[in-house]
Order: sequence, then C-alpha cells, then structure tokens
Amino acid sequence: MTKKPVQFQLNGDQKATFVDDGQNLLDVLRRGVGDLTPKFGCAQGTCGTCTVLIDGQPHMSCLTLAETVEGKSVTTTAGLENGAELHPLQKAFMEQFAAQCGYCTPGMLMAAKALLDTNPNPTREEVVEAISGNICRCTGYEAIINAILSVAGNSPQRYGVR
Amino acid sequence: MAITVETHDRLDDAARALASDQNARFHGGGTLVMRTVNEGDEPFSKLVLTRDPAYREIRSSGGSVVLGAGVTMSAILANRELSFLHPVARSVGGPAIRSAATVGGNLFAEAPYGDFTTALLALGASVEIAGSGGQSSIDDWLRDRDRNRNRLVRAVSLDRVSDDRSFRFRKISRVKPKGVSILSIAAYLPGSGSRITGARIAFGNMAEKPVRSSGAERALDGQSINEQVAEAAAAAALDGLNPVSDAIASEWYRREVAGVHLKRLLIEG
Ligand SMILES: Cc1cc2nc3c(=O)[nH]c(=O)nc-3n(C[C@H](O)[C@H](O)[C@H](O)COP(=O)(O)OP(=O)(O)OC[C@H]3O[C@@H](n4cnc5c(N)ncnc54)[C@H](O)[C@@H]3O)c2cc1C
Ligand code: FES
Ligand code: FES
Repeated sequence: MTKKPVQFQLNGDQKATFVDDGQNLLDVLRRGVGDLTPKFGCAQGTCGTCTVLIDGQPHMSCLTLAETVEGKSVTTTAGLENGAELHPLQKAFMEQFAAQCGYCTPGMLMAAKALLDTNPNPTREEVVEAISGNICRCTGYEAIINAILSVAGNSPQRYGVR
Repeated sequence: MAITVETHDRLDDAARALASDQNARFHGGGTLVMRTVNEGDEPFSKLVLTRDPAYREIRSSGGSVVLGAGVTMSAILANRELSFLHPVARSVGGPAIRSAATVGGNLFAEAPYGDFTTALLALGASVEIAGSGGQSSIDDWLRDRDRNRNRLVRAVSLDRVSDDRSFRFRKISRVKPKGVSILSIAAYLPGSGSRITGARIAFGNMAEKPVRSSGAERALDGQSINEQVAEAAAAAALDGLNPVSDAIASEWYRREVAGVHLKRLLIEG
C-alpha cells in the first residue's frame, strides 16, 4: 500500500505525516499524530463522536479521506482549552452535567463550537439542529442543549471565540 | 481490498481516469463511499478525486442555476440565491454530513437516501456529464443510473424558482429533527396561484430511486389546488410506484402514508 505525505494544521500546529491510501482522518488523528480526543464510534457517520472542524466547518473525521485535509486547518477538542483554562463550552458541560460516560462529548463540543462560531446567539431549535448528527446514549440531550444555550447569548469574551 | 487513490487537477482528467477503469469509483464528499471503505468490503479498487474549482462552482445567470457536482449541501445553504433549495439541502443529514455531502453524490445515493435528487427530479433538472458525455434530462439519467457509475457528473442545471408556492418539499422521518426518510416528496406546481400546468411530483423512497408520480401529476394538471383536487392527487399518487421495505418502514406503511403526506403538502404548502 502506498504511503502519501500529508501536511495540515492541527489546533494551530503544523503536522506532517504519512497516510495510507483510503485511510480516514480519524485514524490518522488518533494513530498517526496521537490526538485521542476525537473518538471512534461507528465509522459510518452516524454517531458523531468523531466530529472535528476542517477550516471551521464540522465534518465526520471517520468519513473524511485523510489526504483531503492537505493544507487545511483541523480543530479537535484538544484545541479547545487554553493551557489550564477550559473553553467556556467545556466548563458549561462540566458544570451542568452535560456529560455522563463522556463518549459523545468531544463530538458534541465540536458540533456546538461550529454553531457558536457562526451563530453566537442561537435559538433552542438551532442548537438541537446543530447537534442532530450526534448521538448521546446517556444524558437524554437536555443537559447538553442547556449547557450550549448557557454559553450562547453571552458576550464573545464569555464564549471566547478563537 | 487495498485501494489506491488518484487526485486529478482537472475534471476531464478525473473523468477519463474513472471511465477507463471499471474498478474505479469517484469520491465526491465521501459520506457514502468512505463508509464502504471503512467496512473494508468495497467493490472497487480505486478512488478518483478532483481538485478542479469548476467542480465546486455555483453559477446563476438569468433564470437558471448551474450547480457543480461537487457543490455541498452547506454551500447551497450559504447561498441566498438558492433559498428555494434550502429546505431540501437542510434535510440531508446533520451539519457535519452536509459540509461534505455533494449534489453529485446524492444523485447516486440509494434508498433510503437521495432526498436532494428527489427535488432535482421534480424541478426537471438536467445532468451534465464531464468530457464529451453531453447532457441529459434527470429522468433519463436516473433511468440509466446503474450504467452511469463510471461517467463523471460535472454539474446539474435547473431553472430557478422565484415563486415560493410553486415548489414544495417535505421529508418525512420518524426521528426529529433528523432521521433517515420514510419518504420525501417534492412538488413543482407551475401556476399554483391559479391553474397548474406541467406539474411534476417526485417521491423519494417510493421506489429504488427517486420516481415521478404520473397519477398525481395527471390529477393536478389544469386544476387549482383545493381539498378535492388534493384528495384526487393523493388517491392517484401510488399508480406505478414500488416502495422499498427497509428498517425505517415497510412497503405497506409507505403505501399507506404517501398519499396523506402528499395531500398535506398540497394543502398546507
Ligand atoms: C449519517 C448520514 C446521514 C445521511 N442522511 C442523508 C439524508 O438525510 N438524505 C440524503 O439524501 N442522504 C443522506 N445521506 C447520504 C449522503 O450523505 C448523501 O446522499 C450525499 O449527498 C452523498 O454525497 P457524497 O458527495 O458524500 O457522495 P460520495 O460518498 O462521495 O459518493 C456516493 C456515490 O456517488 C458517486 N459519485 C459522487 N459524485 C459523483 C460524480 N460527480 N460523478 C459520478 N459519480 C459520483 C460515488 O462514486 C459513489 O458511488 C446520509 C449519510 C450519512 C452517513
Ligand atoms: S465514528 Fe464517525 S460518526 Fe461515528
Ligand atoms: S454522555 Fe454518554 S453518550 Fe453522551
């Protein structure tokens, strides 16, 4: 199998790695460059726990052919916190019990970030729509929706758009 | 099966690579093709991609719109001139699917998918094949879809709908706000303010591929929409249709509810 060189930005850092033909981005992030925050759930695009941002847009990394991120910017949950300071979304999830087992959380956070980056003051329906591709088997969604809404509608400083 | 991936700068080169190898498949947004690759049981050994900007271009001039096959559902949603297609694009998957899912890939999506194609069928779009493949009506293209796998779709073109009431779309699913469709309905009703001429009613998931309902179209032509006309269209809607049975709904269920939803779409808009 051919190996291809791929360069991309991961959470602001330049990464260069080799990928196999047909290898998906989730696999490259986890095994190739060691970012374990996007999770493997279904590899079918249906659970959403592998959601990452590519050039600011949400994508299922399991359905993304790794070599297509050449020259692009990828953001994962590992890129949310600022040193010891959690991102406002992370804080809200923690404080409002929006995570139980936590398996869906990285995908939920990235789906929420994708929404708030373009629409800092969404309605409840817009939040529901934004996480509609992400499955949570623990919380019943309410706590997640409320946590996202509690960050939304606040000043950009509170949300900390970056 | 081990696969190779080939990326071409030019669309026409990608079309040649695809046409010359029966074991090759085109990779659009990859939301379907990568599922197969991840499963490891793909019936192809090569993926062909293109970086050609023309593949992702949206052009509108006068009353018509050309959507490059690589235009994504998110790109449609970001384009104000395409507002008549927004409810359709929004019905495809969640946000992370829509930022990859392309118009071209949707043309090939098998039931229970293909909601965007259902709308294109009602809108009487044409499908342009790359290279010297020419252009065909979406009706003809869908009929021959299985033979079109190795012919790269360059773009689809359609007339822009300016009167909101003349184009209606509804996707019926169990899970809200997102879920695989039980069925989808797209209705193009020119002149719907008065008498309709040239109605095109398309159903998704009421056959293996999106299909027109000639029964409903006949019942609507020359009529103004009212309760009775909508009832007649609903009663005739299933003529010649052959719904699929799958994990979402049985053939029986789809037959039972298709007319009801068509009637609601016609009356409620
Ligand atoms: C979780 C999930 C939810 C989904 N929900 C929906 C939904 O609600 N409604 C819906 O309609 N679909 C849905 N889909 C299916 C799919 O995302 C869409 O149909 C999408 O539009 C397919 O486009 P793609 O570019 O990703 O296709 P790809 O996976 O890239 O390709 C699909 C097929 O089309 C061929 N192809 C693609 N482009 C071309 C071209 N230009 N010329 C020739 N052949 C081409 C490929 O070779 C392949 O056989 C869903 C998928 C997932 C994973
Ligand atoms: S692992 Fe990607 S959507 Fe489930
Ligand atoms: S917290 Fe367990 S799946 Fe969401």
